[in-house]
Amino acid sequence: MNVRQWSRDLGLGIRFAFTGGREGWVRMVLTAVGVGLGVALLLLTTALPNILTARHRVEDARQDYSAAYTVAKADDTVLVGVTDTSWHDKDIRGRLLEPEGAKAPLPPGVGRFPAKGEMVVSPALKRLLDSDGAKLLRERIPYRIVGSIADSGLIGSHELAYYAGGEGLVPHAGGTRVDRLKAFGNPDPTPEKTDPVLIMMTLVVFVVLLMPVAVFIAAAVRFGGERRDRRLAALRLVGSDSRMTRRIAAGEALAGALLGLAVGTVFFLIGRQVAGSAEVMGESFFPSYLDPSPALAALVAVAVPASAVLVTLLAMRGVVVEPLGVVRTAKQARRRLWWRLLLPLAGLGMLYPMTGQGRGGGDFNEYLVVGGVLLLLVGVTALLPWLVEAVVGRLGGGSVSWQLAVRRLQLSSGTAARMVNGIAVAVAGAIALQMLFAGVESQYTKETGKDPGRAQMEINLSDHAPLDTARTELARTTGVRTSVTLSTGQVGGTRRDPESTLGFTVGDCASLREIAHLPSCHDGDVFAVDTPGYDPGYMATIRPFMRPGSRLWIDPTEGEVHGREIRWTLPATVRAVPARKDSLQSDPTGLLVTPSALPAGAASTLHGSVFLRLDASVPDAEEYVRTTAARVDPLSFPWTWAATEQSNRYTSLRTGLFIGAVCVLALIGASLLVSQLEQLRERRKLLSSLLAFGTRRRTLGLSVLWQTAVPIALGLLLASTVGLTLGAVLLKMTDTAVSVDWMSVVALTGAGAAVVLVVTLLSLPPLVRLMRPEGLRTE
Amino acid sequence: MSIGHTLLGLLESGPRHGYDLKRAFDEKFGHDRPLHYGQVYSTMSRLLKHGLVEVDGIEAGGGPERKRYAITDAGVTDVERWLATPEKPEEYLQSTLYTKVVLALLTHRDASDILDTQRAEHLRSMRILTDRKRKGDLADQLICDHALFHLEADLRWLELTAARLDKLREAVAR
Amino acid sequence: MTPPPGSLLAAENLRKSYGPTVALDGAEFSIHPGEVVAVMGPSGSGKSTLLHCLAGIVPPDSGSITYAGRELAGMSDAERSALRRSEFGFVFQFGQLVPELTCVENVALPLRLNGRPRKEAERAALAWMERLEVDDLRGKRPGEVSGGQGQRVAVARALVTEPRVVFADEPTGALDSLNGERVMELLTDAARSANAAVVLVTHEARVAAYSDREIVVRDGRSRDMERAV
Repeated sequence: MNVRQWSRDLGLGIRFAFTGGREGWVRMVLTAVGVGLGVALLLLTTALPNILTARHRVEDARQDYSAAYTVAKADDTVLVGVTDTSWHDKDIRGRLLEPEGAKAPLPPGVGRFPAKGEMVVSPALKRLLDSDGAKLLRERIPYRIVGSIADSGLIGSHELAYYAGGEGLVPHAGGTRVDRLKAFGNPDPTPEKTDPVLIMMTLVVFVVLLMPVAVFIAAAVRFGGERRDRRLAALRLVGSDSRMTRRIAAGEALAGALLGLAVGTVFFLIGRQVAGSAEVMGESFFPSYLDPSPALAALVAVAVPASAVLVTLLAMRGVVVEPLGVVRTAKQARRRLWWRLLLPLAGLGMLYPMTGQGRGGGDFNEYLVVGGVLLLLVGVTALLPWLVEAVVGRLGGGSVSWQLAVRRLQLSSGTAARMVNGIAVAVAGAIALQMLFAGVESQYTKETGKDPGRAQMEINLSDHAPLDTARTELARTTGVRTSVTLSTGQVGGTRRDPESTLGFTVGDCASLREIAHLPSCHDGDVFAVDTPGYDPGYMATIRPFMRPGSRLWIDPTEGEVHGREIRWTLPATVRAVPARKDSLQSDPTGLLVTPSALPAGAASTLHGSVFLRLDASVPDAEEYVRTTAARVDPLSFPWTWAATEQSNRYTSLRTGLFIGAVCVLALIGASLLVSQLEQLRERRKLLSSLLAFGTRRRTLGLSVLWQTAVPIALGLLLASTVGLTLGAVLLKMTDTAVSVDWMSVVALTGAGAAVVLVVTLLSLPPLVRLMRPEGLRTE
Repeated sequence: MSIGHTLLGLLESGPRHGYDLKRAFDEKFGHDRPLHYGQVYSTMSRLLKHGLVEVDGIEAGGGPERKRYAITDAGVTDVERWLATPEKPEEYLQSTLYTKVVLALLTHRDASDILDTQRAEHLRSMRILTDRKRKGDLADQLICDHALFHLEADLRWLELTAARLDKLREAVAR
Repeated sequence: MTPPPGSLLAAENLRKSYGPTVALDGAEFSIHPGEVVAVMGPSGSGKSTLLHCLAGIVPPDSGSITYAGRELAGMSDAERSALRRSEFGFVFQFGQLVPELTCVENVALPLRLNGRPRKEAERAALAWMERLEVDDLRGKRPGEVSGGQGQRVAVARALVTEPRVVFADEPTGALDSLNGERVMELLTDAARSANAAVVLVTHEARVAAYSDREIVVRDGRSRDMERAV
């Protein structure tokens, strides 16, 4: 095989691809669009790591909490108060800035400090504030806009953020609401490589997303194969040998792939712009984040055309192009099972040694993880043709539409399997990942201990905030049914550095009854709540604090954190009461105190919280509450009770997977549709004669449905099996209890089935159009 | 083929001398076998006797070739009937059929009718042959097939002629 | 003109255009039970369109088609389909057998479309294949049999529902004369013995010779040669 011959034949093929008349063009465009979609997705995936690191960089750069407990006031310090809020389901990042000197550091993306009553905002927040219906939000963030935050200070084009000028902020040592900083940014920025489980999951996501794309591209370069075969037969007739025809066919595929590469780049650039200005499930980013790493992009540029040529050469192996037509090697050898089983087994073998390593165990071998997952998923594509052949060969009986479909599948089970391979791989991977997510999520999902049935919102007030004003204002707010106010403080046995401290809760009798069962209650009473199940050692040290007449210190000084050190002697009666199981406070151990039992001055040491029960019928009740809270105490932290909360990282990874899976399924649906239509076009004459002898359109429509549905059902079955196995292995690797997330299995197989349905529905109108008597006329 | 009908048909477009008739006949249908004068005379006298033509006038100078003939109404009807009657499907019919078609065109009759009529007649014969073939032995079949193929050849020629009538009309009118 | 008495299928004054092309321009047709009528004419004359209209595959633009006293124009698409399934049979030139189904399954197809159980349908199909001398092909796929055999399978399929009218559109068009004649013999014999009418579109005289009479279609107009003579 010499190079000149190769390049000549490939060149000939490329010429044919471009000069094949109208039909040739249609085929070229289909291939180019198909490959282009795949390439765009590939480029997007190569850019995904960039998104994560780019966002991570910004987040690091603007980090505004310090690990150091105390920073002395100086002319290069700034006070930062956190005033995050939410508007409906969108989070708004809010900060109050109070520079303490001329050299105070500015956060990234901000040119100068806003004065009190002024703020700089992100463009998206400005748009939101300017929009109709944002009146409540404008009341909540009432500052005058004097500028905008530059891109370098934002993690996405749609991020909602503002910096407002603050005054009189008091840093609370150890608290997170107000911090004194010498500089913004993480003093020791961490690379993304933090959690091996996360890395493994990210790797698996990439593999799972890329595999179907590869399968898809392989299918796309074969669009219009039948017509091409006829053209090749004509070439044989004028004297080219069979090797030449193969190379010419490869050349045609190469042309499609190259054009697809160009189309894909355009798609990607368009998508990059669109993605930069769009917001998906609350996440957004800037187009510049979507720059693919050059090495990976180069790899795509080389690998796609090369694999197009390779796939064509492989596919042509089973085809003998004769001068008078194309013969598919008639009796294909029965598909053998053993080597097909070998692939997934090898994959399992690669993953197995890593089971039980867990998060504490540290490193996973990345190559083994990727290799194992890859082999398992490739195993799906290898097993599926065998499975389809084996099952379809045994099918029989049933209605006419069923018979038509089954017989067709029996004749060309390979084609059918190829069509659904992509879906099977995508679903298998996605099921495994969802299972992994669901399992690991429990590690990352905290039980909040909050019961949304008892109260819907809690507002934690900042220190020194006027509790009474807050309570009355909140109680008056639209949508609030009832409110409960509780404040908490700390007591110790000594003035300074007590051995242990005990929490106490202050509230009126009605409020305290939300925590414990009180037999009777009058202002001036003190109760002791005892929770069984506490560490006996700790209980032994604090039990003396709860005895009548104990002498205690409220807000004792601990280390460098100076307290108010207020003397307090407990009254003569301290009744022990049992805690309510559904107490508003999740940890009610300690003293319950009515207000007049406290010594003077003690109120200023307390942290106040207001619990609200909302009227579910009032829309936007939460927004009213947040607005009121921001007005009475800008640093207050209102939050909505939920039973659980998740790690943010997982939410975004999961979101990414869902977006990816949707893209991939849509892509595969498109290719299914194209081949379905092509097949229908080839059968125009037959369809018309079937129509002539009275075949119902429904019968043929159903047969098209079965023809797609049977292989897809088998594909989904296999995908679920492999997916669940892979998921179980991955869970074992992360040392998590194996449990099946049936919801996601159902959802994903349902999505696969939906693709079948949509494809069938979309191919019905052309089917009806082709089933016309005009097809009977000889052209 | 009927020379009498042909000459009658030629007269339909207008009275002619005997000599003209011979010339027209030779030109259109005679091809390699021109008519003898004697044939024209005897035919014309037979037609005169049957009242299908009449003598329109005699030019000075005498001689039978100087008689001018015109077709009578009975003559027109006779031509009409002849054209409408299909020929017995036989081999080598083309000269008669050709004559009929050309005459129909010359006399502005529908030539495709002649073809359709003839085809029907051919098919009738072919049906009989086909039927015999189906019932007969191998020898019958072979004999019938021979006849069938010849008839089919005639019909094919007819179809072709029908498809080319427009061209023929132009050629004949020239 | 009213349809001749006793006719099974008759059409009057049919007109049909495909865009600017006039396919039928006032065509007439009638056929009696058990009769074989050849529809002849040059290509492009409207023969096939006439067949499609008569069979209720294509609705004519105007004119009437009556089958067994019922007006086809008044029927819905579903009704016409049902009629074609149960009362009509079809043979085309080629490309009519479903390539994935075996020959016997192809023959049984119309019965199954009518809701007959598979076993029973295939038994009936095999009986017809025997009559057409192709029963040894039962397990073969259409791609594996010769053209003549395929057409015989198609004829068996057209007759398996015991239709009252068989529409054959150039049934021997792709065959040599020997195979063509055999197919015609079998088709007309079987149709006659079942008292089925056959509408036979052909341009070949030797094929038309298997008919009882012929009509000629030219420029979208039909001519019934029997009634004209």
